[in-house]
Amino acid sequence: MKLPDAEALCEALIAQLRGHVTPDTGIVGIVTGGVWLAERLHRALGVSTELGVLDPSFYRDDFDQVGLHHDIKASQIPFEVAGRRVLLVDDVLYTGRTVRGAMNELFDHGRPACIELAVLVDRGGRELPVAAQYVGARFEVPPGKVLVLDRDALGRLSLTVSDKRRERKAQT
Amino acid sequence: MMARNPQLNDKGTLQHLLTVEGLPREILIHILDTAASFISVAERDVKKVPLLRGKSVFNLFFEPSTRTRTTFEIAAKRLSADVINLNIATSSSTKGETLLDTVDNLSAMHADMFVVRHAASGAAHLIAQHVGAQAHVINAGDGRHAHPTQGLLDSYTIRHYKRDFTRLSVAVVGDLLHSRVARSLVHALTTLGTPDVRAIGPKTLLPTAMEQLGVRVYHDMRAGLRDCDVVMMLRLQNERMKGALLPSAQEFFKSYGLTPEKLALAKPDAIVMHPGPMNRGVEIDSAVADGKQAVILPQVSFGIAVRMAVMSILAGN
Amino acid sequence: MKIHIKNGRLIDPASGTDAREDLYIDLGEVAAVGRAPEGFAPDRIIDAAGLVVCPGLIDLSARLREPGFEYKATLESEMQAAAAGGVTSLVCPPDTDPPLDEPGLVEMLKFRARSLNFVNVYPLGALTAGLAGERLTEMAVLSDAGCIGFSQADAPIPDTQVLWRAMQYASTFGFPVWLRPQDGFLAREGVAHDGVVATRLGLPGIPSFAETIALSTILHLARATGTRLHLCRLSTAEAVAMVRRAKDEGLAVTCDVGVHHVHLSDMDIGYFDSHSHLVPPLRSQRDRDALRAGLADGTIDAICSDHAPVDEDMKLMPFSESEAGATGLELLLPLTLKWAMEARVPLARALAAVTSGPAGILKLDAGTVRPGNPADLCVFDPEAQVRITAQSLRSQGKNTPFLGYELPGQVRYTLASGQVVYEA
Repeated sequence: MKLPDAEALCEALIAQLRGHVTPDTGIVGIVTGGVWLAERLHRALGVSTELGVLDPSFYRDDFDQVGLHHDIKASQIPFEVAGRRVLLVDDVLYTGRTVRGAMNELFDHGRPACIELAVLVDRGGRELPVAAQYVGARFEVPPGKVLVLDRDALGRLSLTVSDKRRERKAQT
Repeated sequence: MMARNPQLNDKGTLQHLLTVEGLPREILIHILDTAASFISVAERDVKKVPLLRGKSVFNLFFEPSTRTRTTFEIAAKRLSADVINLNIATSSSTKGETLLDTVDNLSAMHADMFVVRHAASGAAHLIAQHVGAQAHVINAGDGRHAHPTQGLLDSYTIRHYKRDFTRLSVAVVGDLLHSRVARSLVHALTTLGTPDVRAIGPKTLLPTAMEQLGVRVYHDMRAGLRDCDVVMMLRLQNERMKGALLPSAQEFFKSYGLTPEKLALAKPDAIVMHPGPMNRGVEIDSAVADGKQAVILPQVSFGIAVRMAVMSILAGN
Repeated sequence: MKIHIKNGRLIDPASGTDAREDLYIDLGEVAAVGRAPEGFAPDRIIDAAGLVVCPGLIDLSARLREPGFEYKATLESEMQAAAAGGVTSLVCPPDTDPPLDEPGLVEMLKFRARSLNFVNVYPLGALTAGLAGERLTEMAVLSDAGCIGFSQADAPIPDTQVLWRAMQYASTFGFPVWLRPQDGFLAREGVAHDGVVATRLGLPGIPSFAETIALSTILHLARATGTRLHLCRLSTAEAVAMVRRAKDEGLAVTCDVGVHHVHLSDMDIGYFDSHSHLVPPLRSQRDRDALRAGLADGTIDAICSDHAPVDEDMKLMPFSESEAGATGLELLLPLTLKWAMEARVPLARALAAVTSGPAGILKLDAGTVRPGNPADLCVFDPEAQVRITAQSLRSQGKNTPFLGYELPGQVRYTLASGQVVYEA
């Protein structure tokens, strides 16, 4: 299937967010693709609050079926969550379960004033009542296939479709 | 006769943690890496994650121990598990229920995980064989055989301060004969690629054929400490004086106690570890125990993270 | 009852027979070998085509657990096990409860055994009262009651002066003394061979010199007192070498090995399998190989089962807390055959270790097939493989490291005093 240009989607997302994000918004990227995206947004939008990174592996709802991931990154939220406007960032929004886990983890750090969600792609297929306020593109991907965001050595983003989950790459 | 490693289930993943010996390097690294991610959980206000919510962890301690049991309890609670503590006296006069009867009764209460400490080597293996795939067993110390979570937390500490196992000289000093901590640490270090692991002690306190575990044996502490990166001091128990193994604590301290002067023979940035509780003036001089090379207190928080890692990996397998 | 056993391969190590010979049994004895006696009309014909016919096995150590340990096993169950194993004579050690240090206990044991009418039981009397290693027992009276020798079972005598006197006293009457060499102090608390396996498993070890130091003492005392000495259950290479040297010097000493030790080493403890918790402990592979060499060159005179039925609950415990011992009566023949196959020992030579060899040690006119002797016979299929399971074992003890194994040799008939006491 023909996939849109991830770089273009990223620019589109930045355009949507401009004006809705302030210097003390807490941007939190969900590993791994969400972090790459969050770094771009953070730089482009001039947010002074330090970027947060979330690995919601400890809050997944499928622990009993698939067990613990290998290669878990420690979540780092370097700002005070209580009372803050938080922007959660992920690459692909699909079932909504990852975002639910991320929100649960975020709440264990404190009570935010509000949480908004920005995603590069919303591929539908929601299994929970989760919605993104900022979306780069909406399109469907056949079920059973995985939509993956990649970053090359020069930092350029691209989208691909594959049959299996991506192995967690080291965060650069 | 058992042929298959009883720690692994049919899928080849870890069902129980009974001993470090025989575990592939990848599993040890996975545990250490997972422990690292749990460290940050401890630094938050809400120190819990929901991984083991709804699961029951039974602490079966046939040998009394406050510190180890407490760290396992904290670790389980931080994973949101329900924890039940059972301290079972082992005096022969109270030998009513057999070990396996006790386990059966608890299994009937839907225990998901047993943390077992027992005075006899092999007790955790016996329980694991008995419960099979129905529950997970973590060995919290069996006789002088193994204390795998301690070996892992000691390895974690070493990795935290020294990074690369493949360049290290590590000395383990004292009563290795009776020490499950020493055995587990030796297995962990050799599996993780440590090229120079040394055992230092008098002949009466070193096990037979120790070299065959991949260890160099020294009876002269000064020679053994030379250029070491890590010095692990083992606890000496009072009973050793009674069994004609040692004449006195004072004589032991003279030859095998860690003093600043002996520590100076190791590398200048060498770290000093002790599994605790310490006998000051027997294994270790107060000056060293309170000195800047000692990393004894951080070992405690690493211990909670390592046990959280072990429990969550097992529970997910 | 007149019985004709036909078409069997008769192997009688004592007479060197290994040929197709028929056997004729009458009035509880072997009436003839080869040709039927005049006018012999059999009441029963046993066709032993494809089977080996040999003397009934003589087991130099089998615990029947009576008196005192009836919850572990009884005379009935264990003697049935013996018959199922092709064993027609067995020696039982004195470590019953109470120990066999009084003639009344010995007489009762012999009476009970006789009335069960299965196999011959030869009790060993206690060398010291209560096996406590302090006072001598009334050996002459015990011998009259039926004891074929005197032993300390697994309770060594720490006071060497008492040991010396006990051997001297026994020697006065020519009574044999059976001793398992073990220094109680050096073996204290140990449960496994002191080597790298025990170190890895964290099990307290029993060093080899716990056996050899005690053996040295015993050999010196035997030389000094002229005692007829039988050494029980050697386990170390060094002990085999010491016995070989002693025999070369002309000392009248015999020795045996437990059949499990012929096969297993401390590696077979595996992951703390308490079925491998034995006394003496399973030692290194080097020791096991020396035991096999000792059997091959005749230094070791006999193989015994060292049968010790243990309640399964006592095995379902951590290794060092479990009770030591393995069931063995029904494994003596299969494990001896397995050794013979692996070591390429001729069948007759292997069977000697469990028939004529033990008979020689006991100085019994048994363990051989000769007209006029009681018809104690074992008829077995050397080609059949039998799977050892808890169900297949008749002993109340199901405790063996060989559970689940297939072993060679199936006993088809066992005859004791001319009666068929077991039939497959």
